[in-house]
Parts: sequence; C-alpha cells; structure tokens
Amino acid sequence: MNKKSLTAKLTASPYMVWSAIFIVVPLIFVLVYSLTDSQGNFTLDYVLDIGKYKDVMLNSIWLGFIATVISLVIAYPLAYIMARTTANVQRTMMILVMLPMWMNLLIRTYSMMIIMQDTGIINTVLSNIGLPKIHMINTEAAVVLGMVYNYIPYMILPLYSIMSKMDHNLIEAAEDLGANKFTVLKNVILPLSLPGIASGFTMVFVPSVSTFYISKKLGGNTFSLIGDVIEMQFKSANNYNLGAALSLVLMVLIIICMMVMNRFTGDDDDGGVLI
Amino acid sequence: MKKLLLTVFTVVLLGLTAMSCSAYENESFYKNRGLEGTEINVFNWGEYISDTYEDGLLNVNAEFEKLTGIKVNYVTYESNEDMYPKIKNGGASYDIIVPSDYMIERMIAEGMLREIDTEALPNYKYVSEDYVNMFYDPDNKFSVPYNVGMVGLIYNKTMVEEAPTSWDALWDERYRGKILMIDNPRDAFAIPQKLCGYSLNSTDEDELEEVKKMLIEQKPLLQGYVMDEIYNKMESGEAALVPYYVGDFVCMQQVNPDLDFVYPEEGVNIFVDALCIPECTQNYEAALLYINFMLDPEIALSNAFYIGYATPNQGVLDHPDYEEMLANEYLYPKGDDIPETEYFHNLPQETLAHISELWSEIKIRGVDVSHVYVGFALVGAVTMYFIIRKRVINRRREYWYDNPAK
Repeated sequence: MNKKSLTAKLTASPYMVWSAIFIVVPLIFVLVYSLTDSQGNFTLDYVLDIGKYKDVMLNSIWLGFIATVISLVIAYPLAYIMARTTANVQRTMMILVMLPMWMNLLIRTYSMMIIMQDTGIINTVLSNIGLPKIHMINTEAAVVLGMVYNYIPYMILPLYSIMSKMDHNLIEAAEDLGANKFTVLKNVILPLSLPGIASGFTMVFVPSVSTFYISKKLGGNTFSLIGDVIEMQFKSANNYNLGAALSLVLMVLIIICMMVMNRFTGDDDDGGVLI
Repeated sequence: MKKLLLTVFTVVLLGLTAMSCSAYENESFYKNRGLEGTEINVFNWGEYISDTYEDGLLNVNAEFEKLTGIKVNYVTYESNEDMYPKIKNGGASYDIIVPSDYMIERMIAEGMLREIDTEALPNYKYVSEDYVNMFYDPDNKFSVPYNVGMVGLIYNKTMVEEAPTSWDALWDERYRGKILMIDNPRDAFAIPQKLCGYSLNSTDEDELEEVKKMLIEQKPLLQGYVMDEIYNKMESGEAALVPYYVGDFVCMQQVNPDLDFVYPEEGVNIFVDALCIPECTQNYEAALLYINFMLDPEIALSNAFYIGYATPNQGVLDHPDYEEMLANEYLYPKGDDIPETEYFHNLPQETLAHISELWSEIKIRGVDVSHVYVGFALVGAVTMYFIIRKRVINRRREYWYDNPAK
C-alpha cells in the first residue's frame, strides 16, 4: 500500500499547500537571511557571532527545561486522576484546564505581572493581614512560573489523551501478578504513557525556550532570553540577518534536545513526536 | 488616565465644542476632492492623539472622518526604532508617520519621505516660528511639527530620601530595585552621556564604550527596562525613579500626586515629533488634508490637552483656554528653570549599528550562568545513565529471545 490513491493525495493537498507557504517558505527565508549580510552577500559572520550569545542561549534552554519539568510534575498526576474519574468530572476539569487558553497569552501574562508585583494583589493582601511582603516579580522564578502557567495545558492534554486510552486491564493484570502500586506505576503506567510525555515535553519546551513576551513582562526585561534578543534584532535593531542566524542556531539546539528526548521513546514506541 | 487632567478644563471646553461643532477653518479645503470613501493609514505613537469626546475634547480621527469622508486606519508604535524598520522594509503602507527629529533627518537622507508643499496647507500659518527651519528639515519640505518635549527624571516623592537634581540618582545604591530605565538605545545612552559631559551625538568609540560600561554597572540596581508600562509602575508606586518624557509625566501626576519631575542639572534631551508622509504612501492627497486638519487650532488644542506635551502650534499657544497649561512649570519651564538642552541628530550608519550592538550587549549582560552549566551537566549525566541502562536491558532481552530458557 505504498502508492497513495488519488483521493488520498487530494485530501492531503490543502495542508501540503498550507505548509509549503507558511512553513517551508519562511524557513527558507530564515536560512537565506542568516547566511547573508545586509547587502545580500554570502557570509557566515552572523552564525559565527553566536559565541557572544551563548550564555543567553544556555540560560533560555535551561529555564525552558525547568519549566517543562515542573509542568510535567504537576500535569502527570492531574492527567492520571482526570482519566480515572467519571465523564462529568472529566468534562469539568477539561474546561478548567482550557479556560485560561480562551484568553490571549499577552493579557494573561500582563495580569500575572500585576498580580505578582510588589504593590500587586498578592502583596497587598499579605501586608493587609500583617504578613511580610514577598518579592516575586523580576526574578527568574517569576519567568519560569509564567512559562508553566501559560504552557501547562499543552502538557496536560497529550498526557490525558494517552492515559484515557490506556487499557485498565493491564494495570489490573499487573496487580493480580503481585505488583505493588509503585511497581505498577514504574513498569506499566509510565512506559505506556511515554509517547504522551514526549509530545507534552515538546509542546511545552519549544515555546518556553523561544518565548520573549513572558520574560519581558515578568523578568523586568533586565535579563534577556534568546527570544528577546531575536525580537530586538527584528523589531528595533533592524538587523534581520543576526536575528535569523540566532533563530537558526536556536532551532538546531532545540532539534538536538528533542533528539535526545526521543532516545527514550523513539525506538520501541510509535506515535510520539516528529523528529 | 489622561482624562483626569482634563476635568479642570471641561466646563470651558464644553461651551467651546458646542460652538466649534461645524467650524473648522477653511472647510471647503477638505471638500470636493473626490477622496470620499478612500482610506488613510496613520502610524503614530501610543497615547499620542485625542481619541475621546469626554471632557469637552474632540475625537480627532472621528472628526476628520466626519468632515472629509475619508476612513482613518490608526496604528501605534512605541519608539522611533520600532517604526523605522516597518517603513524601511515596506511591509505595510502608511500615509502619515510621526518620527522625531533625528529620525526625520535619517529618513530624509535615505529618501524615505515624500515632500510636503506647505504653501498649499492653509493652516501651516499656525506653526510657531520657533519650530520652522529646524536642523532636521531646514527648508520645511518634509515635516510639520506636532509636539515638543524634553526628557527629565520622574520620581516618587515618598520613596526618595531627597529630591534628585542629577542623573546620578539613577545609579544610587539606596534605590536598588526601585529604578526603571527607558527601553530604547538612544534615550538610554543619553543619560550617561550627559553625566559624563559627552555629546548626545557622539560617534567616539571610547565614549560609547564608557557609556556602555555605566549602563552595565547600573543594571543590578534596575527593576526593569520599560516604555509604556511606566504608567502602571509609577502610578502604582511600584518604582521610585525613571527617566521619561515630560508630557507623560504631566498625565501620570494626575493619577498619582506623589510623583514629581526634575530636569537634571547635567542637561537633557529635547525633541520635536513631526507629521511626515512616507514615500510608500497610497493616498498622498488625503495625507495632506490630515496634516492640515491636525494644524487646525481647535484640533490641536484637543490634542495638546490630551497628550500633555508642549505644542508648536501658535494657534493653541494664543488660545485663551490654553493659559493654564502655559503656566505649567514642567511643560513650559521659565527663567532659571529652563534646562540645558540638546537635540538628537542622525548618526552615521556605522555608529548606529555600533550602538545597537552595544545595546544588545547591555541587555544580555549580567546573567550568571554558572549554575546552568552545573544543571546541564547533571541532566546530561542522568540522560546518559538512562540511555546506557536501556541499552543494557535491551541487550539482555535480545539475549533471552535468542537463547530461550534452557
């Protein structure tokens, strides 16, 4: 069945056209810009300039990684519980997970800033009941919190969908064979949910690493993430070539991270992530 | 937020609006040009036009649409540096832009602006003589001045120990975490440049290097680099000190009376923002009408109240209702209070590129990443452990498959 029928080709064609225009062409632009200078001559200067930005890049990947791990730790038990409850409760919980996503990311982040700042809601309440204020805003922790808050639905959804499809008989079988709760989790549930973990990981990690708005609002713009630096090149520094070169390197780094991730799931499970 | 300022003038202006409802100068100038139903794209700074009928003001764009039948599409930007690439790279077509002096100089040099025949604009006579033949446009061919302002130091009286008089308050250890810095390279560089006694238009690499060092030194004291959020942060008392434009201070002070303003003794930047027509315009005629309309004293008066900057419009300056604003010591400092001022000029391409390089260097500096290396090493080690373990387990499995239990 290698040869696809005409119908199959036709059904796939709208997305093929879409991805050609909006994915392939922009990628070519990124590649061309990053390998040329402002006059359009070929140069590797911008890509080789990356050394200057290595700290920012590492820091961004690190914060993105932390945010992803925290999301996973929070989302995993939630998804498991969700998948095991009655249909009604599932629906309600799903709405609660999706609800923040009905709002724009910019508005959500801006309100996080107002809630967390020194004169914000949390600190006003604390000082009104006589407790000391906590300094939260403009720290790396605030940025990570912002990432977790904004992207955690993308972790919960794939985990939930894989866990609700999981065959409960397997768990019962393991218990019948004398496995305790921990063994069941480690040897049955965890391996079965690996594709969900992998796709959740990708869907949180990638936007977290390349985010720029969150770090600007919650980090006070005093420490930049790589997304901020790229945004600056396009928005105000008018240096498209450097911006594109940085994006290219970031893309390569993310691909490497994803490949490492896939070592865990790639060889004996199908599904999961693309790469 | 700007509304509060205006309540004072409400009563006077209410009467005035009633009178002026259908009384713009030279109304016939706007009519019968066959432009009804066309569109005009205006690209302006945020909070930089009167857009309300409250408090006796005029909604400028709505009034223009009513008068001319031309639809106004209004878009805003945060800084000259944000606006420039959008025009330069031709991603969008705009008919009116409002760059500042040095940016006008640059855009003229790069052939990005369309000439404006000011003779043909009946309201051009209202432009104050102080603001014609400016250095950036010596023959008044490309720009019509819109607002004039200066950068000063805004501070919260309750949060500082003594009223600052110098820019060095922004490097004061006592205000650690309470200082905000303006988030664009030229305005940010201007402050250390004034402190060191350098020109704002310096092209000297050593001077720029020195400026960069001072800004990096300042970074640990900062709460953040901001532009429009300054309103939120200063009005709520979140921050104590910020260098910013005087017009915005006038508006913020209405919300938080604890705020005060000073022109530091080392001198400040003065700027003129002017209406220009970019080369990419699709509706040049309508753009001319728009510029003429903005010069109309009634419209300019509404704008002057709403925006809170000093105006280069003689019609407004002579207007009896504007006297109270003229008395404002921050907008129109008098006598000894007049600070030493310097305009930004356009700089050579290499210097501009150098400045934006230094600026991103400042932005990315100061992150301690040693813990990140440790973190990655740990993650790497754990990853390797699991990969190797998995290999070993797979090997064993294969072995058992190949050699079933004997």
